[in-house]
Amino acid sequence: MAEICLGFIVLGLTAYGVLGGADFGAGFWDLTAGGDRRGGRVRGLVQRSMSPVWEANHVWLIFVLVIAWTAFPRAFGAIFTTLAVPLFLAALGIILRGTAFALRGQAGTIREARVLGATFALSSVLVPFCFGTVLGGIASGRVRAQDPAADVDAWLNSTSIAIGVLAVLSGAYLAAVFLAGDARRAELPDLERAFRGRALGAGVVTGAAALVALLVVRSDARPLYDGLTSGSGLAAIVVSALAGVATLALIWTGRFGLARGPAAVAVAAVIAGWVLANEPDLLPGQLTIDEAAAADATLTALVVSIGLGLVILVPSLFYLYRLVLQGRLDQAYEPLDQRFRPIDEERP
Amino acid sequence: VPDPGLLVLAADQVTGALGETAAPDAIEARRMQALSLAVHIPLVCFGIAFPAMFMFVHGLYLRTGEPHYKALAKRWSKVALILFAVGVVTGTILSFEFGLLWPDFMATFGDVFGLAFGLEGVSFFVEAIFIAIYVYGWDRLPERTHFLTGIPVVIAGVAGSFNVIAVNGWMNNPQGFDVVDGQVRNPAPWDALLNDNLWHEFVHMYLAGYIVAGFIVAGVYAAAHLRGRRDAYHRTGLVVALSFAALAAPVQVIVGDWAARTVVENQPVKLAAMEGLARTTEGAPFHIGGFYEADTGEVRYGIEIPNLLSLLATHDPNGTVEGLDTVPPDDRPPVNIVRYAFQTMVGIGTGLALLGTVFVVTWWRKRRLPRSRWFYRAVMAAGPLALVALIAGWITTEVGRQPWIVYEVMRVSDAVTGNDGLEVGFAALVLVYLGLGGAVAWLLRRLAAQPPAREVARR
Repeated sequence: MAEICLGFIVLGLTAYGVLGGADFGAGFWDLTAGGDRRGGRVRGLVQRSMSPVWEANHVWLIFVLVIAWTAFPRAFGAIFTTLAVPLFLAALGIILRGTAFALRGQAGTIREARVLGATFALSSVLVPFCFGTVLGGIASGRVRAQDPAADVDAWLNSTSIAIGVLAVLSGAYLAAVFLAGDARRAELPDLERAFRGRALGAGVVTGAAALVALLVVRSDARPLYDGLTSGSGLAAIVVSALAGVATLALIWTGRFGLARGPAAVAVAAVIAGWVLANEPDLLPGQLTIDEAAAADATLTALVVSIGLGLVILVPSLFYLYRLVLQGRLDQAYEPLDQRFRPIDEERP
Repeated sequence: VPDPGLLVLAADQVTGALGETAAPDAIEARRMQALSLAVHIPLVCFGIAFPAMFMFVHGLYLRTGEPHYKALAKRWSKVALILFAVGVVTGTILSFEFGLLWPDFMATFGDVFGLAFGLEGVSFFVEAIFIAIYVYGWDRLPERTHFLTGIPVVIAGVAGSFNVIAVNGWMNNPQGFDVVDGQVRNPAPWDALLNDNLWHEFVHMYLAGYIVAGFIVAGVYAAAHLRGRRDAYHRTGLVVALSFAALAAPVQVIVGDWAARTVVENQPVKLAAMEGLARTTEGAPFHIGGFYEADTGEVRYGIEIPNLLSLLATHDPNGTVEGLDTVPPDDRPPVNIVRYAFQTMVGIGTGLALLGTVFVVTWWRKRRLPRSRWFYRAVMAAGPLALVALIAGWITTEVGRQPWIVYEVMRVSDAVTGNDGLEVGFAALVLVYLGLGGAVAWLLRRLAAQPPAREVARR
């Protein structure tokens, strides 16, 4: 039962890493799009693509939290005490990101759009970085199960920083892949080219960063490194690398729709690899999965409820994404800066 | 000489699973949690009531084909989506705070009450999926399909709050576990979820959702009415929102009585604090206003109504009502805060019930809206007042629960984080919430300034 609950958490983290991560990545491209004029087209696509899905994508985080505190309450309490600072920063970032994004759609002047856009985009970088440092702190065995206390080293260490950077980059990579597909569906060839280039660039950079991160882990958290380079941990890393290469090949040949699959697998395999590398521990060196798990009555009730919940959720999510990918919820596309321009210079 | 009953209670208390050194004073953490809840709860009201309101108007549109119904339903659903987005992020903060502020509460009891949050997570998901499909589906999905995609939003809004309230009910009336040597054992999550406090708290909050959302929305159209905008669009907005609120407000008085009598039974000390009753009394009086003086155990400068408290609490004018003296001073909540909050809620609630009755009676007997300008001014004031009553009600139940986080089982001071720096976090949250409130108000004004006809034009 504990393994099934952990499986739900891995599922939720993967979905959040892929879908939520791509939304944060879209914020990254929004941030780096350039001035009003030059970046207006990119920002318009980001706004249009994220609007119908970002809330549902965000709920995966809640899904992970509620399962974590129900199925592994002691580990949850210890993690939230030790890593209170990055988690609080992430929470603030989540408020700023969500609100600024929702409000930017209604901005009335370019100045308003700039302030809201900058808030949205900066917090889109902050949040995945903080979550990455949290995962790094947990995976490198820096969370104490007994008498935990907030600890700067638990999140500002080399492993945490490497994983934080990796989280930002992989989100940017996923976002570029998804946005290239959206640009094609919207028949915007210039944006399609722009995001194809970004996807290829970000894919190569993310792959390189993953290798660097592995070297960092080797010097900082040897047991984690050993877990990732042997047995099932190694298998997961190899799957991730192969999926990453496959994605690059598909993007190179312009098959953006197909590229979504392996791009997601590449991220999912890393998260699975982390759990597999630490098996049978949940908090390395502190708590095994079984020690951390709640009583059987609770695990059974949770598995039944979440299982039934998924029977409702999976078709609902399928319906949402199908409508989105068929373009049936698409709003008219306009560059973000366009509606603030005088009529006579409307088209570039 | 300590009461033998109290000794049993003390033995039933638990120590936290994390084994942290407890902070003696949890006030910073409580402040942060209270602030975040006060920001989130009004949004929950809209999550409960607004979908039913826009779906009702949408239904009118499907039956009549009148464009102003469509314009209104569409406009309301857009507002609902914005409020939902803000609710998503403020709700996320709450779930983070459970871990950040109360790690030992989560570590010790997460497996007892967590199930309800699991179910809440599912409802929240359904809501997020379908509100997006519904709002972005206007003019894009087939009409019938589009209407059907709104129904899960209505159900999920209610189901989500049901589960969260189940946890609050459980904190006030904990059950579904055993305490063995200070450790929590044998969690029975379904018993914890379906606790005795759940039902009245849920119905009370559900009606509060309709009252708060209904009066706030009606206030917007009452203001428009006073400025002379009385076309079909504004009139429908006023009548629909007001009807929801006006029908709920009088019923809330009866539900409030049910809630109070459950408190008498399960949490007599909380009731004693609500009324400022120091000693167990037969034929206890009720005081309106005034303040509670701890030294004498009297309510000073209040208007005393003899036997009313016994009548309300036990439905018998000479019934016995337990006082604060049934527990040691350390186990009593701060009386004046609880008492003022309770009186505020009851006072405003009574006023709103009267206002609702005026509307319902006028509409029923004369088939028209009241004509007095004062009625519309009262409706404009009713929204903010309903919000105050809502928060006052939550203060009554939550401050009245002190000093316990799990009633008579775990103290707040044993659950709070040992980490420092909560003042910094609190200051940051205040700034963020001020910005959030300002930005949302600004956005809603901008949305309201757009002519409704724009909603009907196909884009």
